[in-house]
Amino acid sequence: MSVSALETKRLEAVLKGDEEVEVVGTGTDAVAYALMLADVDVTSAYPIRPYGGVMQTVARLIADGYMKAEYIVAAHEHDQFEIVKHASAVGARTFVGSSGVGWLLAIEAIVAISTDRYPVVALIGNRALDDPGAYGVEHNDALMVRDVGWLLVWVDTAQEALDTTLIAYRVAEDPRVMLPVGISMDGAFLTHSEHVFKIPPKKKVQQFLPPYDLGNRKLHPSNVISVAPQVNEDWVTEIRKQMDEAMKNARKVIEEAYRDFAKIFGRDYGNPFVEPYMVEDADVVMVGMGTVSKPIKEAVRRLRAKGERVGFLRIRWFRPFPTEDIIRYLSGVKVVAVVDRDYSFGSPFDGGAVFTEIRSALYETDHRPLMMNFIGGLGGREITYNDAINMFNMALEAARKSKVEQRVIWYGVRE
Amino acid sequence: MTISIKLARTVKDLLMMAQTEYFDSGHRTCQGCESAMVLRWVAKAAGPNTIVIGATGCMYVANTTYYTTAWALPWIHTQLSGTGSAVVGTAAALKALMEKGKLPNEKINVIGICGDLGCADAGLSEVSNAMTHTKYNFLILMYDNESSANTDIQETTMTPFGALTTFSPSGKQVRIMKYRWKKNMAAMMAVGHPEVRYVATAIASDPIDLYNKVKKALEIGGPTFIHTLDPCPKGWGYDPKYSHEIGKLAVETGIWPLFEIEDGKFRLTSTSARIASGEIKRKPVKEYIRRQSRFKHLTDGDIEYIQRKVDEMWEKWLIPGLIPLTKELPYPEVTKASTK
Ligand SMILES: Cc1ncc(C[n+]2csc(CCOP(=O)(O)OP(=O)(O)O)c2C)c(N)n1
Ligand code: SF4
Repeated sequence: MSVSALETKRLEAVLKGDEEVEVVGTGTDAVAYALMLADVDVTSAYPIRPYGGVMQTVARLIADGYMKAEYIVAAHEHDQFEIVKHASAVGARTFVGSSGVGWLLAIEAIVAISTDRYPVVALIGNRALDDPGAYGVEHNDALMVRDVGWLLVWVDTAQEALDTTLIAYRVAEDPRVMLPVGISMDGAFLTHSEHVFKIPPKKKVQQFLPPYDLGNRKLHPSNVISVAPQVNEDWVTEIRKQMDEAMKNARKVIEEAYRDFAKIFGRDYGNPFVEPYMVEDADVVMVGMGTVSKPIKEAVRRLRAKGERVGFLRIRWFRPFPTEDIIRYLSGVKVVAVVDRDYSFGSPFDGGAVFTEIRSALYETDHRPLMMNFIGGLGGREITYNDAINMFNMALEAARKSKVEQRVIWYGVRE
Repeated sequence: MTISIKLARTVKDLLMMAQTEYFDSGHRTCQGCESAMVLRWVAKAAGPNTIVIGATGCMYVANTTYYTTAWALPWIHTQLSGTGSAVVGTAAALKALMEKGKLPNEKINVIGICGDLGCADAGLSEVSNAMTHTKYNFLILMYDNESSANTDIQETTMTPFGALTTFSPSGKQVRIMKYRWKKNMAAMMAVGHPEVRYVATAIASDPIDLYNKVKKALEIGGPTFIHTLDPCPKGWGYDPKYSHEIGKLAVETGIWPLFEIEDGKFRLTSTSARIASGEIKRKPVKEYIRRQSRFKHLTDGDIEYIQRKVDEMWEKWLIPGLIPLTKELPYPEVTKASTK
């Protein structure tokens, strides 16, 4: 495989020129181009669907000389993540990724990356966990690390994937943050679907993204430090508290990054944390993460055409959780219906993880909405706009009655 | 020889060449801990332009207590099974950063240190993968105290036959729970990864041999591997003052052959070379075994079994210490008629 003549021309244009270039590619291609622009130094690969496409594209970019990075094929995912952790410790910008069971196999190293405060950026091509085997999307893989200091973001289009990758490095490497970022991308729906997107010129990326600088934490013979010594009960509390501060700082740093991004690249995402869609006067707002936005937005448009006051809120950043925005957009709404492409067995209301978090966030408001939860699209099962319309109708019914008959609905489950 | 560096020949050489301590006071290992002695010599041989990576285990927990670290070199923790990954990540990053001009170009030693559980069991696939990355320079040092020592002395695959650990006690029904023979780790690294340029075994009671081997491993480049056998008073059960004596006996009885493989050439070194040449005679393994309480339940019959296995290694193996295969001689004749 090699880069086509057309692609060669386009890649040379973004690497040398001043203009962005429009291309067609998958969600994982878009991330790979961002890595090229971000001048990643070290990356490690391991095969698993659906994330794996990104490493195929990166390999091609390296083989054809568009990207210069050490490309290490690992023995397994624990190896893969431990490799980038240590590359990051000596000052290399790194990229890594996985899906489903692969992400879980690496979990020990994944946690050490955040507790050691290395700004690694990872792509999680969301995939159901074994057993039984399933290639399709579920969000439980990424959600496994929601409590251990990883920033987590869900993207929706290839363009957003590219842009968010650049933003992820900027946020992760900010001295006020220094935490890793996991970019979640729905398996198949985004990892493998073709989109039109724009690759920005490298010159602008350099303006946006300063070089990675670990400062006095860089491991080097000229800086004799000990990293992650045995601290026991003497210091663990203080170290965890520092992570807490960093995660809280991330909210501000994310805002700044999106603001600068809009200024430099001319693409403005509005609110960085959530994407509101026709929520202004809505009685019913559906909430979801990732590509489920497509059928839900279509359902919103169709129901609006019939005069129903419905809207949609897409959560981008799940960590740090956008509590303020959740309150701003959902407080006072009659019914909030959360679509979870995940499960959280035995959780407070036996619902999904996103539902439970939103419910918790809304506890603070004076105008708490009624809440419903749809668990659906598991293992990659498609959610169509008709499904979304059905869900909206159930929520509208609850709004009319001012009562939720069934709080958690496993949508479309065969019993 | 492909390496041209100054090696120590005598104790005086050693003292003159290696005066600065880079693994210093501050550690909390047991009295008589030979693993700590190994690290001291490794650090001396490596010198200041070095990054050290330490896997979870005694040499992490006891050496690096916050505020009292023994390391006067840049040091970082890696997970129990992470050593192979960590050295690759570190060496790859140094290479990338130097090639891109993001770091000054210079030789920096990368040394990963792991115990027998972390290296030979938990981290074996990572270490094996690392050994194939010939474009990166690093040394993996496996310090083998023959147990998962830090967690209260449990059996690993490297625990010798019959030894008592908290996972392999001797009882009324099962007298010997550790029935498995120890893995041949250095040999596995050398034979299984033919492009690795330097693999050796060593022991702290022979510091000249150890020091020279570390020097060579760091000089020759690419992935390299050293396996040390480290008497551990707590796990092996003897008075700490005998650590060196026990270590010497391990070599003199032939249980622990000292060797190196440099660019595909195998050679026994030091005392082991003298055994092989007939200059000195192997001592009976009993002299080593009866000194340690971990073997106290072994019968004379058990010890004879161990002696037989050690004899076999020296007398029958294709290469003693390295290849546990015996050549069936003469080879079955392949006649012209049968190949038709
Ligand atoms: C994944 C994982 N499993 C288990 C442990 C518990 N543990 C801590 S130290 C250690 C012993 C390691 O043994 P070895 O590598 O032989 O080193 P030693 O302690 O003997 O120096 C173990 C099992 C751990 N830290 N991580
Ligand atoms: S238990 Fe053994 S290896 Fe661990 S510090 Fe003590 S002597 Fe050293």
